[in-house]
Amino acid sequence: MAVNDDRLFRRAQVMEGAGGTGLYAAREPIFPRRVSGTFRRLKWWLMGGTLAIYYLTPWIRWDRGANLPDQAVLVDMAHRRFYFFRIEIWPHEFYFVAGLLIMAGLGLFLFTSAFGRVWCGYACPQTVWTDLFLLVERRIEGDRNAQIRLWNAPWNFRKCCLRFSKWVVWLVISLVTGGAWVFYFADAPTLMRDLVLFQAAPVAYTTIAILMLTTFILGGFLREQVCIYMCPWPRIQAAMMDEDTLTVAYRDWRGEPRGKGRRRTPEAQAAAAAARAGGPQMGGRSPFVAMPGRTKERPAPAVAAPEPGDCVDCNACVNVCPMGIDIRDGQQMACITCALCIDACDDVMERLGKPRGLIDYIALSDEARERAGKKAESPWRHIFRPRTIIYASLWSFLGLALVYGLLIRPVIDITVAPVRNPQFVTLSDGSLRNSYDLRLRNKHGEARRFTIHVSGPAAFVTRLEGRDGNEMPVPPDATALQRVHVIAPRNSTASVTARTDIRFRVEDVISGEQVYKDSHFNGRGVR
Amino acid sequence: MSNPAEHDPVTGTDTTGHDWDGIRELNTPLPRWWLWTFYLTIFWGIGYTFAYPAWPLLQGATPGLLGYSTRGEVAAEIAAVDARNAELAGRLASADLATLARDDPAYHFGVAGGAAVFRANCSQCHGAGAAGAPGYPNLLDDAWLWGGTPEAIEYTVRHGIRNETDEDARWSEMPAFKDILEKTDITAVVEYVLSISQQDNDAALAAIGQDIFADNCSSCHGAAGRGDQQQGAPDLTDAIWLYGGDRDALTHTVRYARFGVMPPWGGRLSEDEIKAVTLYVHQLGGGE
Repeated sequence: MAVNDDRLFRRAQVMEGAGGTGLYAAREPIFPRRVSGTFRRLKWWLMGGTLAIYYLTPWIRWDRGANLPDQAVLVDMAHRRFYFFRIEIWPHEFYFVAGLLIMAGLGLFLFTSAFGRVWCGYACPQTVWTDLFLLVERRIEGDRNAQIRLWNAPWNFRKCCLRFSKWVVWLVISLVTGGAWVFYFADAPTLMRDLVLFQAAPVAYTTIAILMLTTFILGGFLREQVCIYMCPWPRIQAAMMDEDTLTVAYRDWRGEPRGKGRRRTPEAQAAAAAARAGGPQMGGRSPFVAMPGRTKERPAPAVAAPEPGDCVDCNACVNVCPMGIDIRDGQQMACITCALCIDACDDVMERLGKPRGLIDYIALSDEARERAGKKAESPWRHIFRPRTIIYASLWSFLGLALVYGLLIRPVIDITVAPVRNPQFVTLSDGSLRNSYDLRLRNKHGEARRFTIHVSGPAAFVTRLEGRDGNEMPVPPDATALQRVHVIAPRNSTASVTARTDIRFRVEDVISGEQVYKDSHFNGRGVR
Repeated sequence: MSNPAEHDPVTGTDTTGHDWDGIRELNTPLPRWWLWTFYLTIFWGIGYTFAYPAWPLLQGATPGLLGYSTRGEVAAEIAAVDARNAELAGRLASADLATLARDDPAYHFGVAGGAAVFRANCSQCHGAGAAGAPGYPNLLDDAWLWGGTPEAIEYTVRHGIRNETDEDARWSEMPAFKDILEKTDITAVVEYVLSISQQDNDAALAAIGQDIFADNCSSCHGAAGRGDQQQGAPDLTDAIWLYGGDRDALTHTVRYARFGVMPPWGGRLSEDEIKAVTLYVHQLGGGE
């Protein structure tokens, strides 16, 4: 079965498969053509940046002293610590991570309501790695036409060589991708050595193998299938976008009736107009998803327009599309708004001497304005509107709150848990003893010593279980548990009343830093 | 039922050709790889039932080719923990508790393990918080009937108190003075005990009681009433009372005596468990 670059022919194949009993469709191969332009350049930079962040971050060193890991970003599962440059998160501070996740969610809302699916088009790992795999594919097999020829060619030696070398490069990239992931969870240089010497934990190899396999399959073969059939985000985005959202769209009021310039016959022109009036005739791979408000606002197409539109039906926009769709069909679920069709169309428009922007980032609310011959609103008006401002404010508020929370984290972290079984113990001399479980966190990289003092209305005696004096050591980066006994003399106020307020003072012996913690002393009470 | 597929102009999609009372179904074909994934999960599911216990038989289920069972998994995990602790447990079993350093891992192992032993075996009488109850000593305070050193505690745990099962059990018996002393003498001696423990008392009676105490009680409780750990005789001058320290409770104790029993744990707990629970009790706050 021959595949050529005629989009209609490909669609006809789909129709064939879908008609009658075909309930399942094979994936149509997509051969996106190379394109250059503003957005392609932006995407190259973003791809380089995101990949560099992913691959290199675990190798950044950060000196935390002798007892703590020297890795700038490290998720230390075994010791339940998360290190991020200067920040160290303990399990009881996990709300910082929860806050970051909420910020990520709000950020997604913000960007989607302002720019549509920019995440999908530019930053999603699926997009970035597919882009990388496409680059490899082009380097080895050639551009679109060469790839189609190779696809149709029988399996000869050359085809085998090309396919094999492509897969090998993909597999190497996948291996490095899976490999980079595990470095976030252990000291990277040590783990690297262990991995090479086959001494690393089995879970490291399993993780690498799974991630290698998923990268290879999802980036090399499933590609747009992931976006259309696996990922929930394309479905959610329909609810997140509105008519002010800037998104990649085709100015059909300017482009239609499309056709190859003056060679169009009146009959063809009328047929094209009739086709547009009834909506897209062939759904292609993705169903046509009408944007809210679009159908009712959409004025009748200019059937009577005598002049042909700017679209010369060169299919450049379709040929460069990594999703294999036609942006001229309107907004659709399969479009990841990678904006490569904008670059492709602008290139053609420039060569034809026509204005750029036949395919462009536009808001749907501008359609009516432009049809009426007015100018579109400035993009800034679309970006800054109450909804995005609310998202941005929530986002920054949360960010500032997290930073504030980080700054006011206490240096010495203590909890005091009164022992309640029993509430007090009578001693031989008639004095009353309360006990407290004091947990002291030392967040520093070196061992520290702390003194414990208790103050209150009575002449309390403080004793640390198992120690002479009131000093306790805490190992580096650890929590120490110490039982503290507080004794009120016989017949003192604290021993005969039910409850007395007391205050623990913990002092760092060397730095002199102090923390206070309030608690209660339980006495006999009135009998 | 099945008609030729039609083209639906609104969605641009064909129908399946199926017709149910005029309702037609649009055909949006699923990707074929999805179908294969579905078949694969079925295949995997069937394989799973052979690998793991699944198919019900008359008695139990098929064991599965991997021989897996949750009981076996738990047993293996317990065995693994025991094996990991074997070195520490062995060291603890042969350790001299009096000289065992507090920063020794065996010490921490003993205290943590002793807490578990205590909850399972001792808390029924001594309470989960070791605060005791009338007749069952409070292990948190600084008064010890038979001694509060690690050595003494370990002996008490191993042999128990006043039981018939262990020949080496700690033993002493207070006589019931209702058959020995006159009622008035008992009243007087109770007043004396109240006075040495600094409670409200009748000074005149207490003065009479002092002589009675010297004649009848001091051989065990000491001339000053400070008790004797060799005989498990409690200190009568402190603020701690096993059976109550007021006039009525004291009178009852003198008249009828008390006979607290503790079973021996020597044969029931392992050597390292005895050491562990000793360490735990010793560090509760009153250890000597």
